[in-house]
Amino acid sequence: MRYLPKSESERRQMLDACGVESAEDLFAHLPEAVRLRRPLDLAPGISEYEIVDYFRERAAENANGYASFLGAGVYRHYRPVLVDTVVSRGEFLTSYTPYQAEISQGTLTTIFEFQTMICQLTGMDVANASMYDGSTAMPEAAMMAARITGRRRALAARSVHPEYREVLRTYARHQGMPVEEFGYVKDSGEIDLEDLERRIDGETAAVIVQSPNFFGVIDDVNRAAEIAHQHGALLVVVFTEAVSLGILEPPAGADIVAGELQSFAISPSYGGPYAGIIATREKFVRQMPGRLVGQTVDTNGNRAFCLTLSTREQHIRREKATSNICTNQALIALMATVFMTVYGKVGLRELALQNAAKAHYLAGKVSAAFSGKFFNEFVVRCGNPEAVNKALLKHKIIGGLPLGRFYPEMADSMLVCATEMTRRAEMDELSDALRAPAAAEVLA
Amino acid sequence: MIRKVRSHPSQNEALLFERSSPGKRAWQLPDLDVPAVDAAEALGAGNVRAEIPGFPEVSEVEAIRHFTRLSTWNYAIDHGMYPLGSCTMKYNPRINELVARIEGLAWAHPYQPEPLAQGAMEVMARLEAALAEITGMDAVTLQPSAGAQGELTGILLIRALLEQRGNPRQKILIPDSAHGTNPATAAIAGYVVENVKSTDTGVLDLEALERAVDGGVAALMVTNPNTLGVFEENIVQAAEILHAKGAMLYMDGANMNALVGIARPGDFGVDVMHLNLHKTFSTPHGGGGPGAGPVAVKKALEPFLPTPRLKRVRGKWAWDFKSKRSIGRVRAFYGNFGVLVRALAYILAHGGPGLRNATVDAVLNAVYIRKQLEPYFDLPYPAPNMHEVVFSDERQARLGVRTGDLAKRLIDYGFHPYTVSFPLIVHGALMIEPTETEGKLEIDQFIDAMISIAKEVETDPELVKHAPHSTRTSRVDEVAAARKPVLRWKPA
Repeated sequence: MRYLPKSESERRQMLDACGVESAEDLFAHLPEAVRLRRPLDLAPGISEYEIVDYFRERAAENANGYASFLGAGVYRHYRPVLVDTVVSRGEFLTSYTPYQAEISQGTLTTIFEFQTMICQLTGMDVANASMYDGSTAMPEAAMMAARITGRRRALAARSVHPEYREVLRTYARHQGMPVEEFGYVKDSGEIDLEDLERRIDGETAAVIVQSPNFFGVIDDVNRAAEIAHQHGALLVVVFTEAVSLGILEPPAGADIVAGELQSFAISPSYGGPYAGIIATREKFVRQMPGRLVGQTVDTNGNRAFCLTLSTREQHIRREKATSNICTNQALIALMATVFMTVYGKVGLRELALQNAAKAHYLAGKVSAAFSGKFFNEFVVRCGNPEAVNKALLKHKIIGGLPLGRFYPEMADSMLVCATEMTRRAEMDELSDALRAPAAAEVLA
Repeated sequence: MIRKVRSHPSQNEALLFERSSPGKRAWQLPDLDVPAVDAAEALGAGNVRAEIPGFPEVSEVEAIRHFTRLSTWNYAIDHGMYPLGSCTMKYNPRINELVARIEGLAWAHPYQPEPLAQGAMEVMARLEAALAEITGMDAVTLQPSAGAQGELTGILLIRALLEQRGNPRQKILIPDSAHGTNPATAAIAGYVVENVKSTDTGVLDLEALERAVDGGVAALMVTNPNTLGVFEENIVQAAEILHAKGAMLYMDGANMNALVGIARPGDFGVDVMHLNLHKTFSTPHGGGGPGAGPVAVKKALEPFLPTPRLKRVRGKWAWDFKSKRSIGRVRAFYGNFGVLVRALAYILAHGGPGLRNATVDAVLNAVYIRKQLEPYFDLPYPAPNMHEVVFSDERQARLGVRTGDLAKRLIDYGFHPYTVSFPLIVHGALMIEPTETEGKLEIDQFIDAMISIAKEVETDPELVKHAPHSTRTSRVDEVAAARKPVLRWKPA
């Protein structure tokens, strides 16, 4: 088999050196009761050519050549060629977690640059080396807030990504962390600050908001911060659309930022792998989960980097660790690092502006349901979103995300997104379909 | 005598921020085909940020040189053997990278309509079935992001089943040889951790287990083979002890590379386990992720698996979000799909017989290393080993040289160090796992290097204690890094 590098004669030499007749003897010490005495019921191995063929066939069963208006936490952005060029280098792709600093300075240096750029983007003091994704970074941030405040309650806005809130409930359930929610304003789609004031109390550890929120609306994070801080709670700000940070104010009032970097050159890839981040204030760093890279020197006095503050982590602290996370998303974070490098200070702003321009052009034609300001996605009321989408598929267009699954009160609405990759002609087609709901009904 | 490597110049490279200057660019956007917007008007004046302070500005050529130069400062499997015990650093087939980037897979949006995602769902279903066959379990979820999240999922499943039976119980038993993620996971799942001692031979102590298992114990978390590389010979009896008291057996599948095709956890009493696709199933470690941590369970635990679940409806795949007894989601969407594609490509390449042959070679390599190094290093647990072998630095420590020093000296010989000081039950551990993808030549060079270092300890211990000597970065001051943390670049 091509992944096994030994010749039969080498194998024989090694068996002889081990003092065994056959490879079977290596397993002779296993109790008979545990042995599998038949071949695995899996087909024999196949060639590269056949493997490519198999996956091309599967890919052909997915959407191909469709325009898409799906966003909702996963965005279609152009992936600069440099990204795959860099992450395909075996030195990055096939290396381990950089515990051995002397021969891992490449990875360590890129992570240090990553942490720095995430701080610059979010306005926070420190950022970790990555979390699995945004949906797990958020509950980790909530648990971190509970450790810092010594309180248990989490209060999440209903306009935070619904699947993130589901994950929060899974994580919180067995930690004695009650999770409650507060609403959004019906007209604007912004967080309902009055509702927040009503529900927050002296047991609230974390107030969790997202901006732009799940409806695409830019939220008043600083007002939420004031309310949280008045009650001694921390504010956790979530983002799912990292490109928005190229043009939007960073969440200055946040104590912890928990975000998803999928927008930074990470393929949608049917839901993962992506890369999450947690960034926070300097004073909270020792309660942070995940790996951190720090600057130091080697014995010759040269600048060097290494993993640091690991007494927070599971391999040292075991059951008292800040999190059980071990493997995270280093290579995906590297994709984001290359993306941020390619676009840089000016390019990221211009990219964000193009996104806003596209989405606002579309909103000019189909009108957003909420009055709140939005970045590159917004809610459209269209009667029967499933029927509209069905009609659109005939034009090779995947419409927006029907919201009824997550928000029963919005069963008549869909969430649509436009990015720099969305073409004007596609948007015109979408708006035609949306303006003809009767036609959609008929087609349905 | 160092034969595997000699030095060559490596490029110096500043940080991005230090080589940045205004006006440089590596990007170009197409002209807008819609009217431009005024940022303040479209987004709200108060919402628009000033420029991002300190964000880099570099040219395309500089960008690629930057990352290429940095890459040369890394060791990688593509350079050579990576004998990290329990990490299973095996060759990462490049075909897996290619297929994961096929457009219809890589650009599939998790919310695209199910009829337009059948290919992606078929890939997941096929992988679920293959992993169920390999583990001997009844059902598999591919949702967990990595091993530690798989552990959490598994323990939450146990908790859910015990809750349904009336009492979730309070304790999780963990052997003293376990990975750190095990106790950390148990704590997050709301359990108290109780350590159980291993026997003198390094395996589960059935008498101690019998005493420890009472009505308060929810499960035992065990790695098999354990972190000594030794198969838990009493595993069937251990499962019986647990099951008799209504407790469950959780298996950490980190060392599954020793078992595929040889023995199946489902056949020896395991109720729930996770797999690390970035170990046994060859997906690249990428300098620390991404991984994937599927969880395999017996029938009784299936109703509690995370939602959504794949199901077959009228000949098509569909997502089932409705499961009354599910523990809920452990992450958004369906899992690290791109990693799952790579793992399936690996399974297809090997096929059933090939996977078993891989296991055999992995064990052969480890046993061979043990035989060759036994005369030079102390072997605290002489039980037969499987895919990895654990020595201790006892002999070298008498001369003042510790496992960490030996490991650093290995770098000068052109190898990545083995796993240092783990498992904790071995004082000064050297934990070595070659995997099946090392040939005889590479392994013989590794053995020669280890023997040469053992001799150096006797003739010139200082040489070893201050290694590495040949790297562009000499020994790094980790204490200073932790004492006064500098976690981001700032302008001078």
